[in-house]
Amino acid sequence: MTHPSHFLAVLLFALFASTVFGITMRDTPPKMFRYGAYCFVLFVGSVIVFSWVMFLIAR
Amino acid sequence: MATTPNKPAPPKASEKGLVYFPLIAGWLVPGAGHFLLGKWIRGTLLAVSIIAMFAVGLAMQGQLHTSAQDLLDVLGMAGDLGNGLLYFLGRAAGWGTQPVQTTVADYGTKFIVVAGLLNIIAAVDAHNLRTGRKS
Repeated sequence: MTHPSHFLAVLLFALFASTVFGITMRDTPPKMFRYGAYCFVLFVGSVIVFSWVMFLIAR
Repeated sequence: MATTPNKPAPPKASEKGLVYFPLIAGWLVPGAGHFLLGKWIRGTLLAVSIIAMFAVGLAMQGQLHTSAQDLLDVLGMAGDLGNGLLYFLGRAAGWGTQPVQTTVADYGTKFIVVAGLLNIIAAVDAHNLRTGRKS
């Protein structure tokens, strides 16, 4: 059984999903890599932003 | 003025044979559609990502949807079915049957569903490569 932290789960989710998005949504390897990295940053960045928003709302 | 009748264009080389074979193979085994088309690196990355996501979901004590009692179960099962043979292998082996009791296990259930949805995207991508819609 694996019990990763919530943030590690987010990183794994973002990594796997971004890899598939990058390969399937673009035509050439450089564009695939750029789009995959873009999706990864958006996934992780949005999680961090919304986590802070929820933290501030809950105070 | 006489006009020449529109003849159907002869099939391109990319349209001959079993057009849906990469789609079905890609659904059954993650990455297999790309392997059939000779896209080895793309296929390997897709296979590793999807199989790892499925495996991590199970390792997090995620649940495989086995029944369709309500709408959410139906949607979850549809997502799980996207994993193709992985789903049927998991059902046969009895994986993912324990009830979800922790937050991480709930995340694991979502990992399995999303792995199935990503596999469907990958299979459709293989189909687009096969038909020449994508290079």
